[in-house]
Amino acid sequence: MKIPATLDDRFRAAAEREGLVDVAYDVAESPLGDLLVALTDRGLCRIAYRPDEALDELAAGFGARVLRIPRRTDRVRRELDEYFAGRRREFDLETDLSPVPAFHRRVLGELARVPFGEVTTYGALAAKVGKPTAARAIGGAMNRNPIPIVLPCHRVVGANGRLVGYAGGLDRKEQLLRLEGVAL
Amino acid sequence: MMDAVIPPFERFYCEHREEVFGLLVRRLGRERAEDAFQETFLRALRAYAALRHGRHLRAWVLTIARNVAVDSYRREPPAVELQEPVEVPRRPAYAELEHLTDDLPPTERAAVVLRYAYDLPYAAIAAALGSSEEAARQAASSGVRRLRKKEPA
Repeated sequence: MKIPATLDDRFRAAAEREGLVDVAYDVAESPLGDLLVALTDRGLCRIAYRPDEALDELAAGFGARVLRIPRRTDRVRRELDEYFAGRRREFDLETDLSPVPAFHRRVLGELARVPFGEVTTYGALAAKVGKPTAARAIGGAMNRNPIPIVLPCHRVVGANGRLVGYAGGLDRKEQLLRLEGVAL
Repeated sequence: MMDAVIPPFERFYCEHREEVFGLLVRRLGRERAEDAFQETFLRALRAYAALRHGRHLRAWVLTIARNVAVDSYRREPPAVELQEPVEVPRRPAYAELEHLTDDLPPTERAAVVLRYAYDLPYAAIAAALGSSEEAARQAASSGVRRLRKKEPA
């Protein structure tokens, strides 16, 4: 029997109120297509271009109590909307990278300092974390970046200036860089 | 084994919410079913982190729903005429052990079946019964003792 929408909302709100949720998420529309936005109590933990696949991965990383709770994602969605509308250059959000291996976390920390509208290279980022020959490992860390857009892996390009790769697809990387006014 | 993986709660909830709601409406009437629905999935969510595998989740959540219905019915029998009396529940979840556990009191039967047929941990059974883990353990063991007494010598 189909359940009334109000009942569904009430259950989700009660689950959140009782603190029973490991990960709260929602799916948001964006110029890049649907984005899954997910948070733990510690902060933003995932933005995913393929919402369906992300749920299992969230359950494995943070606990199986993964539940859609739109209200919890309001602030992240607002900042994303502002960014896509060209009214925001920096995100002011706590993040939770607890399942990310330590080296990747360091790389993502460095990545977070690459400013809006600028690009860097895999090699330059490798040098920043003290592993100048590890450009390939940096590529791996970018490829598994759990919070694209907010942690701006789209701002990392090849030494020759070519876009090279993006887990969300090169067309999305290009779209993000154009939005930031980077000449391609 | 894929079915052993505990699914994200969202998927589990979406898969079973309509069946659970239907069961509760038949047992309690539309209005009472709404509170019971929320209580059922909150109990499931409270125990979810204690699950050790993802098998028999449908049987588990239907057992929780039946127990919530019994609790609600005990507090106050619904005024409306019911399609499915609470006293004679259908028990698809118990099919495998039904012939053995039929005569047990409902709580002991649920505890025995969830523990020994579905291999659920006591924390998950406690959530289904709305009781403490210790009470769930006791219900299962007194159920087993009762079954042993019935066995022909």
